[in-house]
Amino acid sequence: MQFMLLFSRQGKLRLQKWYVPLSDKEKKKITRELVQTVLARKPKMCSFLEWRDLKIVYKRYASLYFCCAIEDQDNELITLEIIHRYVELLDKYFGSVCELDIIFNFEKAYFILDEFLLGGEVQETSKKNVLKAIEQADLLQEGFFSS
Amino acid sequence: MGSAEMCQDLATEVEKLLLQPSPYVRKKAILTAVHIIRKVPELSNVFLPSCSRLLHERHHGILLGTITLITELCKRSPAALRHFRKVVPQLVQMLRTLVTTGYSAEHSISGVSDPFLQVQILRLLRILGRNHEESSEAMNDLLAQVATNTDTSRNAGNAVLFETVLTIMDIRSAAGLRVLAINILGRFLLNSDKNIRYVALMSLLQLVQSDHSAVQRHRPTVVECLQETDASLSRRALELSLALVNSSNVRAMTRELQAFLESCAPDLRADCASGILLAADRFAPTKRWHIDTILHVLTTAGTYVRDDAVANLTQLIAGAQELHTYSVRRLYSALAEDISQQPLVQVAAWCIGEYGDLLLEGNCEETEPLQVEEEEVLALLEKVLQSHVSLPATRGYALTALMKLSTRLHGDKRIRQVVSIYGSCLDVELQQRAVEYNTLFRKYDHMRAAILEKMPLVERGSPQVGEEAKESKEVAKLSEAAPVPTEPQASKLLDLLDLLDGPSGDAQHPPPLDPSPGGALVHLLDLPCVPPPPAPIPNLKVFEREGVQLNLSFIRPPGTPALILITVTVTNSSGGDVTHFICQAAVPKSFQLQLQAPSGDTVSARGGLPITQLFRILNPNKAPLRLKLRLTYNHFGQPVQEIFEVNNLPVETWQ
Repeated sequence: MQFMLLFSRQGKLRLQKWYVPLSDKEKKKITRELVQTVLARKPKMCSFLEWRDLKIVYKRYASLYFCCAIEDQDNELITLEIIHRYVELLDKYFGSVCELDIIFNFEKAYFILDEFLLGGEVQETSKKNVLKAIEQADLLQEGFFSS
Repeated sequence: MGSAEMCQDLATEVEKLLLQPSPYVRKKAILTAVHIIRKVPELSNVFLPSCSRLLHERHHGILLGTITLITELCKRSPAALRHFRKVVPQLVQMLRTLVTTGYSAEHSISGVSDPFLQVQILRLLRILGRNHEESSEAMNDLLAQVATNTDTSRNAGNAVLFETVLTIMDIRSAAGLRVLAINILGRFLLNSDKNIRYVALMSLLQLVQSDHSAVQRHRPTVVECLQETDASLSRRALELSLALVNSSNVRAMTRELQAFLESCAPDLRADCASGILLAADRFAPTKRWHIDTILHVLTTAGTYVRDDAVANLTQLIAGAQELHTYSVRRLYSALAEDISQQPLVQVAAWCIGEYGDLLLEGNCEETEPLQVEEEEVLALLEKVLQSHVSLPATRGYALTALMKLSTRLHGDKRIRQVVSIYGSCLDVELQQRAVEYNTLFRKYDHMRAAILEKMPLVERGSPQVGEEAKESKEVAKLSEAAPVPTEPQASKLLDLLDLLDGPSGDAQHPPPLDPSPGGALVHLLDLPCVPPPPAPIPNLKVFEREGVQLNLSFIRPPGTPALILITVTVTNSSGGDVTHFICQAAVPKSFQLQLQAPSGDTVSARGGLPITQLFRILNPNKAPLRLKLRLTYNHFGQPVQEIFEVNNLPVETWQ
């Protein structure tokens, strides 16, 4: 995977994770273009589109668009599964997640993403292990703050 | 996301971490190693030994990372590829266990156990099995098992199935397995989920070259997909349908495609129209069907048709002697209904001019009886001339048609009137023609009949020859031509000829008026000579960078002068492999470029197997060929992008 973006229906970026080195300017430009393209799609349309030389896989959950850019040889259907798995992880952690959870606890969302994907590849396929790692990190944090 | 230097520094650290007891640390270390290898491929040998050890792990996260690591290693180095072929049985076993063992709550998604791991293993198997008989055979059974046992009701299962299909198609699998794979894709096409249908159409498009007959069985489903509302799906379906047309199904397919043409989005219309015309060209069962099809395309999507369609159609009609009456009647009725579709109007005007007498007198069984009066015909052509939707070129056609009718029909007073009106028209082209025709009426009435006789058949793509013939005969026949006014006559004849010579007299530009007198008269009565056989064109080296070379070789098939086949060959004499090689080409607008699939995307170092790719370029206008190439590839681990124009193309490529 090259990058993952989360944005709302109004086009506000909630989360961005880049797995390729790009300058800030390029990132902004790509984000802007991609957000426009995806938001312009009608609801019944296919979840895959070709953009520049990448394949874009996107899925809409309530008011959030989850958008991933994959390379030519990657499997689009499994990317849809990756997006779904991430949403499930967020759901399990926050307990029935909504956009506000992600807005207010974005660093936790990033932690979860980092435990699930590394360098653009899936790191851990077991939901239990990912959540366990996050819980351990949380405990450490609490211990740090309370003492 | 470390830089190359950082990776080099930390590589040994990462390797040590790979041995740490905690699986949490190890899995992260593995993926870091993946990234390091992507950045700095030379460090691959640092991580090679640990891989085999890590494959014995049971932890899914570690396994996943390891498989990804091995995949990266194999992609970048053929030595690693050979080394890892040994683990194919182990991988096969791993996948088999995954597929057959029961449900494991934490790893499964809707009944498919760990689809992520399955997909990764399949990808690695694909890379290992490519071009390698032995490994492919070891995988055959397993692939069949996965293909048949995976539950397809949910997306996860379909994802695994899709990856399996891709793997089957890529390795040297048994024929039965390949047919199974294509059938799976066909089943995908029937799925109600749009995403799956999209994926299936994409893969079938790639496969249609290699397994044409198997894909043909799914033709009806593909044609149904044309009805999709989603633009990207219908576009894919259109491309695939066009690729599937062959001589046996051409009538049915064309009907479907024509129905599609009427209802599709504007941006797809141009592609659809040219696709139908091309298919009709290649597979037309009878001339009449061919003419009908082109006529239908012109009436529905006239404005989107390519420029040379007019030329092709006129040439076709001229060639079909027995169908003259039929064509002219059909064109007349079509024209009477609607004069706004320019290509249609042009062809119709030309036909009416040529075969006006057949229109009035001929009895044709194939269309309904049509009683046409002279006056109606003239009125229609005048309408075309006066209408403001007609392009200047169309009006030129109409004027010339009127002129030709003056010999075919009985009363030419009306025609003379019209022609003299246009003698003072603002458009230079029309004015010139009108003046010339006027002169023809007044001073050279005796020659009028001879000049305005019916056209002989001109071979396609021989306007070049026509010019040469005219030039060479000019000196010989100068004495025979009438003394003073050779200029206006010859120009008129050139005009008439140019109308037929579709390419050089492209409807959108005024035909060139070169003053080669006299010879043209003879040319009109002679048959055009056969173009000389083409001399072989020398190869051309167009690109060289660090040992990577690109050569072009050219073939001009003698039967189709507008076609040139270019074979691009990529060789690598350097010490590093070239991978992910993609070559794209751009040509000027009047050309048509078709790239076929390359033989591969990797050239190994020091004279490895070169990549070849075939370009088909159609040059109906005989314009100078210009070619711009864009190359992207990885060399010595660095991505390289080159864009350049090929400058020194030999003249024989386009003349």
